[in-house]
Amino acid sequence: MAEDRKYRWVGTRPIRHDGVDKVTGRANYGADFALPGMLWGKILRSPHAHARILRIDTSRAEAMEGVKAVATAADLPEQRPGGATDLSNNILARDKVLYHGHAVAAVAAITAEIAAQALDEIEIEYEALAPVLSLDAALADDAPILDTARRARGMDDTGPTNIAARVDFSRGEPDQAFASCDVVLERSYETQTVHQGYIEPHACVADTKADGLVEIWCSTQGTFTVRSLTADVLGLDKSRVKVTPSEIGGGFGGKTTVYLEPVAALLSRQSGRPVKMVMSRDEVFRATGPAAASRIELKVGATQQGQLVAATARLWMEAGAFPGSPVQAAAMTILAPYKLDHLFIEGFDVVVTKPKVAAYRAPGAPQAAFAMESLLDELAQQLKIDPIDLRLANAVAAGDQLPYGPRYKTIGMKETLEAARDHPHYSAPLGENQGRGIALGFWFNNGLNSSAEVYLTEDGTAVVVTGNPDIGGSRASMAILCAEELGIDVMKVRPIVADTETAGYTDVTGGSRVTFATGWAVVNACRVIIEDLRRRAAQIWECDLEQVAFDDGRCLPVEGSGLSHDPLSVAEIARKMGSTGGPINGQAQLSARGAGPGFATHLCDVEVDPETGHVDVIRYTAIQDAGRAIHPAYVEGQMQGGAVQGIGWALNEEYLFDDEGRMENASFLDYRMPVASDLPMIDTVIVEVPNPIHPYGVRGVGETPIVPPLAAVANAVKHASGVRMQSLPISPPRLLAALQEQAAE
Amino acid sequence: MTAVVIPNGLRAHCEGCARVEVEAVSVRGVLAALEARFPGFGAALGENVAVAIDGEVFQDPLYEAVAPESELHFLPALSGGR
Repeated sequence: MAEDRKYRWVGTRPIRHDGVDKVTGRANYGADFALPGMLWGKILRSPHAHARILRIDTSRAEAMEGVKAVATAADLPEQRPGGATDLSNNILARDKVLYHGHAVAAVAAITAEIAAQALDEIEIEYEALAPVLSLDAALADDAPILDTARRARGMDDTGPTNIAARVDFSRGEPDQAFASCDVVLERSYETQTVHQGYIEPHACVADTKADGLVEIWCSTQGTFTVRSLTADVLGLDKSRVKVTPSEIGGGFGGKTTVYLEPVAALLSRQSGRPVKMVMSRDEVFRATGPAAASRIELKVGATQQGQLVAATARLWMEAGAFPGSPVQAAAMTILAPYKLDHLFIEGFDVVVTKPKVAAYRAPGAPQAAFAMESLLDELAQQLKIDPIDLRLANAVAAGDQLPYGPRYKTIGMKETLEAARDHPHYSAPLGENQGRGIALGFWFNNGLNSSAEVYLTEDGTAVVVTGNPDIGGSRASMAILCAEELGIDVMKVRPIVADTETAGYTDVTGGSRVTFATGWAVVNACRVIIEDLRRRAAQIWECDLEQVAFDDGRCLPVEGSGLSHDPLSVAEIARKMGSTGGPINGQAQLSARGAGPGFATHLCDVEVDPETGHVDVIRYTAIQDAGRAIHPAYVEGQMQGGAVQGIGWALNEEYLFDDEGRMENASFLDYRMPVASDLPMIDTVIVEVPNPIHPYGVRGVGETPIVPPLAAVANAVKHASGVRMQSLPISPPRLLAALQEQAAE
Repeated sequence: MTAVVIPNGLRAHCEGCARVEVEAVSVRGVLAALEARFPGFGAALGENVAVAIDGEVFQDPLYEAVAPESELHFLPALSGGR
């Protein structure tokens, strides 16, 4: 249960424990690691978006001076049914290539240059097939089928299809309910393929020993995930793979799977030497997992007073080359924030000849919220109701049922809306060609499995060991929670992220779960230590355990116990560890439940240049319920980062393909992400509605902030220009065309 | 009896029922009871299914307890686009 007490460290902003290394350039990222005798690995990638592989001849490459290993899918074990078939086929194509840039073969050589030259010596004969580059193309009656053996899950036998799965949720009788509505809006929305844009490319070193043990150093969001997936692809026991994380230069969900690691391990096994692989930016764009393009058809009915009555939503999301778009999550989130007695939601997972999508902050929710929050803005305008009031009037609260079954517990949705309504930004005047948009975002957040060890040193300082790579400042939060529990200075706590043989099993850094779940494990590990400290104090004082209390870093006699000892600090007891029972360590593990959902409300002001279609974001405020902010600066950082990524998604970002399925903008010069000079300061307001399940009231915060911006920007553009953009991005040429169309009407 | 809410996509595998009541003390028992009554239901449900028991979501639920007054919903496991 969340505890209501005054905190010494929780809610403060100490400098991050890994900060000095990072600002002085000493931190080691994925590409920094090296081993003696190391080879360089390179990947040969498909020049076709869709083709059958007829023949691969690697003999000339193998004969080259300096080449030590060449690998293709034939060197990987066949997967059992239900195994890692798609993953294996994604990292080295077996029979077909399914996107331009799909890995086909790999080489390890004594230099990167020789490895690159060797790729040119590999002969591959393809039978080119028609690419499938959009939902329309994939769903057409005569669409080329990516996998003729696949059948759609959740549908009656469809025969060969590019629909990989269908999901639906329903409540009430929406079709009948629409008939009773005063107003019904029905709209269609589209978003394009976008990339997470992490600044650090994928990189790893793998060393397969003579006895078959595999050791991997890499940049990842999940060392245990890399261990598991690499073992699956290579057919190894998981205990035969050790993974050590580097510092990570961004992931945002995109580093929750593997691309290079099993291939590097395979090349290392073949060559008997460590193999290093580093992707270029071009490879990151072409061959790692972006976020799914989507189309959503949404129908919402309401009363004249603004009460939502019924809604239906049909969602299609591109999975890329293999099944697994986030359409389920999109379907689960799209109507989740609003009370609706009648609803029907149907989602389709669709394969296309593009890179397999990966997670990207709140997967599926930004696309879903773009649709719902855009439509609600239009509804508010039509009903002449303030858009925040409309949302407040229909907001879910504790006890309300989600479209997919569970009921909400304590949530902070209304509180973020009220904070937005009361914020000076909401009533600030606007100038010519300027407009203001608001949008709401919801994300589940997740718990999953975490472990933590806390080791007390003999001077009373502490080491916290966890297994979650730190992508958002989580080490500082682990240190704060430890310091708060043990009552010691936060800078006397050393938080480390350990390898898979040092830390206990811990799920991926994702799902906004680390501060919530791993932090909870740290709290529990500290409480093991506190019990031990009390026992040792009782031993020293020769009294019963019940006569010893622990408060603010000290063991002290329980009031009324009759004892008159001076308190014993953590450090004092730690110095006596040898004479009171030995080392003082705490260990805990949990499957964390009760991750409180996150809600955010964003306010966005834009100015539209009617002559060019350029949109300038001139003011932006992100408001979010964090449950309780352990380190507010990193909560604000998450809110700002998510907002900026969402603004990029709204205004500029999209994969551009030619007719043959080749990505035309695979560089940061041509794939336009917002930079600091493009945007104003993103203001933040942290709302705290504690999660009642968690000992400190924590909710995840990392994903929710990317959910509202797409609609917040689009709504602002509508109010600035009169044009409602239902297809993203709202890039200058697209908006200019829409403005000209509006002027012509 | 524990109430099990069957999602639309699975109703074809349990004679069209939207809601089924079973006697069980765990999710494993619920699944066994459903399979006994509707052979093939487990295969249709597949692996990696999450559930909500009385509003609480469990991603790995097989051994979670259910009570006679519990309500259980099957949820698609969140793959997160992985």
